[in-house]
Amino acid sequence: MKQDGRISSHPILPSPGGKWVRFYFNDTEYPGIEGEMVSSSVFATGQRVFGHHPKDGSPQGMFCANGQCSQCTLVIDGVARKSCITPLREGMRVCTLEGLPELGTASREFFKPPVSIETDVLVIGAGPAGMAAADEIGRAGLGVLLVDDKDRPGGKLVLQTHKFFGSVSDCHAGTRGVRIAEMLAGSLAAHPTVDLWLSSTVLAVFSDGVVGIQRPDGYAMVRPRRLLVTAGAREKSLPFPGCTLPGVYGAGAFQTLVNRDLIRCSSRIFVLGGGNVGLIGAYHALQAGMTVVGIAEGAARCGGYKVHADKIRRMGVPIYTRHSVISAHGGEKLEAVTLCAVDPAFRSIPGTERSFAVDTLLVAVGLNPVNEFHTRAVEFGMDSRLAGDAEEIAEASAAMFSGRIRGREIACELAPATSACPVDWSGKAEILKSPGGSVLPYSPPDLRSGVFPVLHCTQEIPCNPCMTSCPKDLIGTSGHPILGVPEYSEGCIGCRKCVAVCPGLAVTLVDYRRDPLNPTVTVPWEFSDDLLKTGESVEVTDWEGEVLGRGKVLGVKPAPGYPGTRLLDLLIDSLIANRVAGVRVQAASVTLPLEKPLETLLSDDAVVCRCERVTAGEIRKLLRNGVRDMNHLKAMTRAGFGACGGKTCRTLIESVIRSEGIPQDEVTGFTERPLFTEVELGFFAGQGEDA
Amino acid sequence: MNADVIVIGAGSVGTPLAMYLSEAGFRTLVIDAGASAGQGNNKCAIGGIRATHGDPAKVALCLDSLAVFRTWQEEHGESIGWHQGGYSFVAYTPEIAGSLRGMIPSQRQAGLDIDWHDPAFIRELIPGINPEGLLGGTFSPKDGSASPMKSCYAFHARAAGMGARFLFRENVVGIDNRAGVYTVRTNRGSYQSRVMVNCAGSSAREIGLMVGIDLPVVPDSHEAGITEPVRRFFHPMVVDLRRAPGSSNYYFYQYDSGQVVFCVSPDPLITGTDHRETSAFLPQVAARMVDLWPSLANLKVRRTWRGCYPQTPDGSPILGQVGPEGSYAAVGMCGQGFMLGPGAGSALARLITGRPTATDLMVMGSMRADREFGSTEALK
Repeated sequence: MKQDGRISSHPILPSPGGKWVRFYFNDTEYPGIEGEMVSSSVFATGQRVFGHHPKDGSPQGMFCANGQCSQCTLVIDGVARKSCITPLREGMRVCTLEGLPELGTASREFFKPPVSIETDVLVIGAGPAGMAAADEIGRAGLGVLLVDDKDRPGGKLVLQTHKFFGSVSDCHAGTRGVRIAEMLAGSLAAHPTVDLWLSSTVLAVFSDGVVGIQRPDGYAMVRPRRLLVTAGAREKSLPFPGCTLPGVYGAGAFQTLVNRDLIRCSSRIFVLGGGNVGLIGAYHALQAGMTVVGIAEGAARCGGYKVHADKIRRMGVPIYTRHSVISAHGGEKLEAVTLCAVDPAFRSIPGTERSFAVDTLLVAVGLNPVNEFHTRAVEFGMDSRLAGDAEEIAEASAAMFSGRIRGREIACELAPATSACPVDWSGKAEILKSPGGSVLPYSPPDLRSGVFPVLHCTQEIPCNPCMTSCPKDLIGTSGHPILGVPEYSEGCIGCRKCVAVCPGLAVTLVDYRRDPLNPTVTVPWEFSDDLLKTGESVEVTDWEGEVLGRGKVLGVKPAPGYPGTRLLDLLIDSLIANRVAGVRVQAASVTLPLEKPLETLLSDDAVVCRCERVTAGEIRKLLRNGVRDMNHLKAMTRAGFGACGGKTCRTLIESVIRSEGIPQDEVTGFTERPLFTEVELGFFAGQGEDA
Repeated sequence: MNADVIVIGAGSVGTPLAMYLSEAGFRTLVIDAGASAGQGNNKCAIGGIRATHGDPAKVALCLDSLAVFRTWQEEHGESIGWHQGGYSFVAYTPEIAGSLRGMIPSQRQAGLDIDWHDPAFIRELIPGINPEGLLGGTFSPKDGSASPMKSCYAFHARAAGMGARFLFRENVVGIDNRAGVYTVRTNRGSYQSRVMVNCAGSSAREIGLMVGIDLPVVPDSHEAGITEPVRRFFHPMVVDLRRAPGSSNYYFYQYDSGQVVFCVSPDPLITGTDHRETSAFLPQVAARMVDLWPSLANLKVRRTWRGCYPQTPDGSPILGQVGPEGSYAAVGMCGQGFMLGPGAGSALARLITGRPTATDLMVMGSMRADREFGSTEALK
């Protein structure tokens, strides 16, 4: 069955498959795929509005797609549930939530009575860090309970359709994240002492040393000898008027909809944030056939790797540095965003506003560690560690390595026969964590004969697959073996492995051997073939996206051994061939602003607490009256009392406090309380009517 | 002198006391270790306000408190989440039914609107309550609930507006008493007045010892929780006095904005000031609530916390002048500081300002610090 709201073909991902079932949304029958999250089934029908807030009637929609924010709550078979973590079943009756829900009176689910369990090590989060750690601990024969709230292991790896940076020998660089997740899961399966609990959410760490876990069948109270928190990160947000409209998502939510569930959730997208997450989000959108209207970055340079930013520019996406989104517009859902230039202190410069018609805004303005379980555990005297993003925000390649180190450390303590961490591991971990470094001058070669690669990569980043993939060992570096900028020395045989492996799509191969005036340029291709026709001409650009001219499509071939990436051969004039780095995939006309900027609201109207609909202005007023306790702000406004438990608003309120010039240490923070996510009383009661 | 009165503790009792003292024109200084008002155990209270007690003195104080909570929005414009939903103590055993019914005559005599009702009435009041074995219950419709935090901040704002000074993030480290002048020393400074009031909640005993009195106040801890909000589906605070393994009574109500707030009393009591959440609480309270009212099973728990009941041996507060001249206390509220606060605060303010009523003197007479702490309050 085909449905317009779904991505029917994707250059990297297979169709999810699964059994089609029927469900009802506000009494209309729709098809959906059994077991997918209800939110995705609803999105596939084209619906974006999930209900209206009890306080002000504002439209509610998806935001985190990660079971955290509760914005996607729908009334499912009579009970209000977070639709992004509720699997679809045949015949489900789903309704929008208008105001407060009724007490659900539908018959209860059956849960087993709570059980108490002991384990050597409890690892929270089966992402790259958690799986690598569990691998090390399991290898030592110790008992590991690895828990994750998702229905498959891998954490955010399962959303990463792109090839990884890092080093090939240490962290599978050049391989796609989705595939790395499978590889890690495979190695865990070989350890009999590793127990993987999926769809299991950690609810709290208690003062008696017990970790409460919500399993699908009932409550488990686990007492570990060691706790390792590898729960990853949560996305930061920014407060601007309209920031809670349906259509404004975290970049992670977008990747979940598009890359996990293959939902065509958008047609025109703007991205706020030029870090790696935003840049990759834009790339994933293009791959899914969506238009990316632009990317705004507040700093003078994108925080993400230059190769990422360059590849997005080449595809025809403008990147607006020193700009920010100051308003999202729309009635029931997002219709446009307004962009504004900012000064070095990130203040808007009046008169520079431009508005763009979009249906989606991806907010990718950084990540915060999910480390609260660790903090509580340490407070309660438990032996707890952190690894991966939960410890320090970095790439997944670094997370895998830090998980491995932490896992080995724990294994050595609990099983003294385990050999200690190799001495070079900590050094490598630091390298993998390094953000983009200095940019060296770019100088494509002047050669007009033979065959050779052109490396459009001039920034020191932790990445070396081009060097390790060359069968003749012709790509090396005079810098650091992993961080150094790659350099080519003569002798290329034209195998094109370096083109296929590069995670930044920053290597091309120029072949003058057949026709010195019109050489063949091979560029990597990760889009649908529908965009190309053999024999037709396409716009080609230099490394940073400037259009150089046109090239003729000779054909697209698979790259054996590099699934997903294909190789596009272009016939290019020798005058520009060495500088050609890529092909435009969207026309400049689709990225133009509206004729006039739209009226924007004041920044005081921005909602900082989306659960309770509290504005920046309300917070500011109390701060100006002398309030210096976030618990006081909470009691007066309800900001932080909502379903998400203050996970979203905390950093936004802190930014309002900073914007008022109040030193952070003058303000007492929210008091942390369990639970991590809301769970039914019947679950803890551990009994039910229908077994 | 820094003030006419120094109040130690800006919680459920100290804050309304400061409000009444300021209203009477007394320069009042309030010192608290927390970052703002109510950060001790006030914010751990679940918000029930009842005059349904066994002790006439408590009934009197809470009737006064109820009047304050009930009329606050009308008089001051801001909502403190007041909802007059009543209290219902339900009975599933003849012993509990007998005890509840036995108290009704004296409660009525103290001015309380309360009746015993049959199971049909209770089932209408609490729609969906487990009918099996239900013998009936009491209902006192004038009782209600409000937000402890909102109320405390409202009292704080009014007190400050009337001139009271609040010093937060200051720990009292010592109190000197020379020639009728109290010098209260904190980690940041020292402050003098002729009158000081101990409203220190869980720390009441430590503060008392600083002026040479050993107040028999020992905190024990209770855990509470709150659910997601849903449309109103019942009104009263429901109290189940039965014992079960690990817990004695438990109670819950639906707050003004839709959340159900619940609390359980551990059995045996857990003495101490430990505020850290335990794993035992949720399975224990959930099993009991779902057994009593099966459709609560679908209600999602949002947050849990733990707070202290500063207990006295007989379950009644200590209120009035204690120890040397100029020293007062409003302590040992036994988990009822929030509902007793405005009543106790206004009575004590009248005593300090020299205008106590006959009822105040009756109440404080029975709440003296040097009484025999013999009997135990039945609805503690």
